[in-house]
Amino acid sequence: MFLPASSVGRKLVMAATGQLMTVFIILHVAGNSTIFFGNLNAYAAGLHSLWVLLWAVRIVMLPAVILHIIYALQLTVENGKARPVDYMKKENRTSTFAGRNMIWTGAVIGTFLVYHLLQYTFQVTNPALSAYRNLDEAGRPDVFLMVARTLQQPLIAAVYLLGVTALLLHLSHGIQSSFQTWGLNGERSFPFIRKGGSAAATILWLAYAAIPVTIFTGLLLR
Amino acid sequence: MNLTLYVWRQKDAADTGQLVRYQAKNISPDMSFLEMLDGVNQELITTGGEPIAFDSDCREGICGACGQVVNGVPHGPRKLTTTCQLHMRNFRDGDTIYIEPFRSRAFPVIKDLVIDRGSLDRIIQAGGYISVHTGGAPDGNAILIPKQDAETAMDAAECIGCGACVAACPNGSAMLFTAAKVTHLAKLPQGRPEAGRRVCMMTEEMLKQGFGNCSNHYECEAACPKGIKARFIAKLNREFVTAQFT
Repeated sequence: MFLPASSVGRKLVMAATGQLMTVFIILHVAGNSTIFFGNLNAYAAGLHSLWVLLWAVRIVMLPAVILHIIYALQLTVENGKARPVDYMKKENRTSTFAGRNMIWTGAVIGTFLVYHLLQYTFQVTNPALSAYRNLDEAGRPDVFLMVARTLQQPLIAAVYLLGVTALLLHLSHGIQSSFQTWGLNGERSFPFIRKGGSAAATILWLAYAAIPVTIFTGLLLR
Repeated sequence: MNLTLYVWRQKDAADTGQLVRYQAKNISPDMSFLEMLDGVNQELITTGGEPIAFDSDCREGICGACGQVVNGVPHGPRKLTTTCQLHMRNFRDGDTIYIEPFRSRAFPVIKDLVIDRGSLDRIIQAGGYISVHTGGAPDGNAILIPKQDAETAMDAAECIGCGACVAACPNGSAMLFTAAKVTHLAKLPQGRPEAGRRVCMMTEEMLKQGFGNCSNHYECEAACPKGIKARFIAKLNREFVTAQFT
């Protein structure tokens, strides 16, 4: 049977693309954290000098994101149809708020991603702060200035916190779920993977949320 | 014990149905849940009412015929227990109990709490068997099976096909049921030759019957009266991946 038409096949695609995006998210926050050591501009300049690698990642990530969204919509619609008459009273015992609302946290992340790309990749939301227009003392695009000046604005800082919190919820279910879907667990490792998924999501949230929080509260200065 | 019941009443498949309130009086804590309903029905019959239709057969927790969603939990609040084995001592005097049928597009309501679970049989028909002439009983230990594999196969074979996993699943998926059968057969040498074809056919049939897709909430595992584990779903997934490359 054609893999992407089957129930498990589509879940495998969801899990694989999700895992790919999780790896990207880990690398992304590792890069971001250079901001705490005062060399974000050097990191950004270095990354752009490796343009072949940068574009290779972009070319892989774009179809992954698209496939993840398409199958998410398709599976959610199918799952909704599977119970046409709902219960008057239903008690959930193991499923989590995060698990049952993957489509909504996904929608928040998707919307946030578009805004995030317009802001820091295409740099069209705050053109005066664009890193290409403002160079630092070393003559590199001043990414730090762009990030710091935008995240000092309460609304933008709030949007970033909302975005990364949606990511926390999404990953707290998604990571363990992707391991289960690929069958990469056994009786002994299963409880560890379930807890480890939530723990990894929490660590990522702390790492991401630290940037808008430290900038907005003034803890992080150049 | 005196209880207030809200029971799903539905004349037939075409009826929309509704919850109806009943009083269950003088219930002994030693009664099973179904005996309590028998008592309510007795009173309904003597007062000229229509008794509540519900499924039951063995009443000893091994056939999988009974099954109601009791206070939002398939088979009620007690773990590893079918509705027929649930005793009224698990409730308190004055409790309010909601009783609804297992809900799924693939389980159409026939009447009140009785549903048609033929869709589970059709998943089995799609591949939940081995195609061999059985003949006479084979000699014991003629085919050697590692103890561990035999245990896992037996654990999976404990599934009684009641459908509680479907009823509990937020997606109305029959993945735990299908995974139990797939694991049971894939773990034994007799089941291996058809393992790849089986997992594909059964999961395809599951979707065709109108069940949802598994999204790893594990509500099925918590609801299963026989303790079928969600790790069998991981086993099914592994079998599916293997089948794509063989």
